[in-house]
Amino acid sequence: MILQGLTFYIFAAVAVMAGMMVVSARNPVHSVLFLILTFFTTAALFVLIGAEFLAMVLVVVYVGAVAVLFLFVVMMLDINFVEMREGFLQYMPIGVLVGIILLVELLMVLGTATMSPEIMAVGTEPIPDLADRQNTAAIGDVIYTKYIYAFQAAGMILLVAMVGAIVLTLRQRPGVRKQVIADQLARRREDAVELKKVQPGQGI
Amino acid sequence: MSFAHDYATAAPEIFLAIAAMGLLMLGVFRGNGSTRLLSWLAVLCFAITLIMVLRAPEASAVSFAGMYVADGFTAFAKALVLIASAAGLIMSLGYIKEEGMNRFEYPVLFVLATLGMLMMISANDLIALYMGIELQSLSLYVIAAFKRDSLRSTEAGLKYFVLGALSSGMLLYGCSLIYGFTGATGFDAIATAMRGQEHASIGLIVGIVFLCAGLAFKVSAVPFHMWTPDVYEGAPTPVTAFFAIAPKVAGLALFMRALIVPFLAISADWQQIIIVISVASMLLGAFAAIWQDNIKRLMAYSSIGHVGYALIGLAAGSAEGVRGVLIYLTIYVVMNIGTFACILCMRRRTGMVEGISDLAGLSKSSPLMALALAIFMFSMAGIPPLGGFFGKFYVFIAAVNAELYALAVIGVLSSVVGSFYYLRIIKIMYFDEPAEPFEGPMSFEMRAIIGVCGVFIVFFAFYTAPLVASAQIAASALIP
Repeated sequence: MILQGLTFYIFAAVAVMAGMMVVSARNPVHSVLFLILTFFTTAALFVLIGAEFLAMVLVVVYVGAVAVLFLFVVMMLDINFVEMREGFLQYMPIGVLVGIILLVELLMVLGTATMSPEIMAVGTEPIPDLADRQNTAAIGDVIYTKYIYAFQAAGMILLVAMVGAIVLTLRQRPGVRKQVIADQLARRREDAVELKKVQPGQGI
Repeated sequence: MSFAHDYATAAPEIFLAIAAMGLLMLGVFRGNGSTRLLSWLAVLCFAITLIMVLRAPEASAVSFAGMYVADGFTAFAKALVLIASAAGLIMSLGYIKEEGMNRFEYPVLFVLATLGMLMMISANDLIALYMGIELQSLSLYVIAAFKRDSLRSTEAGLKYFVLGALSSGMLLYGCSLIYGFTGATGFDAIATAMRGQEHASIGLIVGIVFLCAGLAFKVSAVPFHMWTPDVYEGAPTPVTAFFAIAPKVAGLALFMRALIVPFLAISADWQQIIIVISVASMLLGAFAAIWQDNIKRLMAYSSIGHVGYALIGLAAGSAEGVRGVLIYLTIYVVMNIGTFACILCMRRRTGMVEGISDLAGLSKSSPLMALALAIFMFSMAGIPPLGGFFGKFYVFIAAVNAELYALAVIGVLSSVVGSFYYLRIIKIMYFDEPAEPFEGPMSFEMRAIIGVCGVFIVFFAFYTAPLVASAQIAASALIP
């Protein structure tokens, strides 16, 4: 139990620190790298509560795909991050003040709450014992049955995201040369090649 | 609970979701030339969904493991949202063609946003609540930035997106605290956990505060209103009209369900939050609008004020209060559809105009439009025989019966202040030197919308009873 607690605090602390570094790092590439660190430590926290599937999905999807894509975007786009940051220092004191007040309030509130070890069992969807049902299977049990509504709703949200991204960014550019495979296949030898009789010593 | 039962209760949403995908496919294959056809098809889909909603059995039905609820209350709110969305889409038709926004995704995004609103109204679980809000908000962010070559439209979309994401964060944090302190995400399950408790634990109250903050942002109540004037001003005008009507209904309906169903036992704890939000919204709506000279900005502040009045009914925390909110929202929707239809007709040869001074002398150049706008403005100010008066009357009655006298008095006083700027528009239209007349003639759809809304507002006194009766049935579904 002590070891578990210690591990939790170490990973949680690293996650929070890395999260802060994401917004405060000077170099945007470093920000993305810290984001990856945050994802990794969060995955470790998932492992700690026995949700291996979520942990692996976090690593595969977020670290493997999302963060790498972020990295591409940051490196490809020509954005002057120093300029974007100019207002940052100006608003930092008031932001920090609000943050500290909020933190103190939350500590006062959450400090009074007691957590019982049985809390995991009385949740809306308790995690079954690993011995009789595997984690991945346990998620599969509920996601397409009990939570089908939320699952389908998430699908609609992703559809909106896709439509939105296309609406806002796709521009039809006329005059772009595209590969038309049908045209390529329909091309015959007679259309493209012309035989000329060249007299010796005259050229065309 | 069988699957068949689940799908039967959620049939309107399922139909609308499939319709949205079908319209999208049609649009992709037929291209941007089919925007007008798609828009009318979308209106047809709204009409079919409306029929499905109204024909559903009145008894409360819960499905999808308690995530989804359909009862008299949801039917009333959904009918309002569907009418508002259909009107918003019809009003857009002329504008999107003139202003180069004629892309087929526009009606599709309208349908998806409306689907999100229906899901918000029917949400009976914190997860379903969040899903509905996100579906609605994401569609609205995109619609706000739809005129992507206009700096103001993209700025409006970006501003709305960033602040909306922040508010979603607060909302989620609140949900997680509520889940942590009650052990349930379903509204009914939370209500069971709350039963018999006099006071909530302080952690739960913090959760409710965050939830209220997130929801107040979505309905643009003070102090979470900052985005409203900028977004309303920057977004294309028909989009502003849509923002001002449909999402407010859905947001307030969700606000009422999310507070009343799970937390009725501890209503004293959240009542004070709603009272503060309501008073602040009414006062800001009344005072800040006085200095505006852009009519879209003015309507933004006016909508903030109206949300404040509607929240009075929620603060009352009684069936009478809920009834008041529903009546208020019905009249609010009609008034706003009419007003924005008039604003959308403010077109000169140089393009759309938005200044209040551009309305000068409208009574000379187009007397009928001036008359209609005057009726809507009088109604918004709450002048007696018109509809707006009855809306305010029913929420104030609820507040008085709940012994919230101070709230009712502040409401009446701020509506007196607010009538200043509504009356100023009438003064400019009727007594100022005429400006250049607007380009005519108005399209048939616009004339029809303005006419129907005007007639509804003027003759509201004659059919108050049936509306009050149906609002009563709807309210009793929420608070038995």
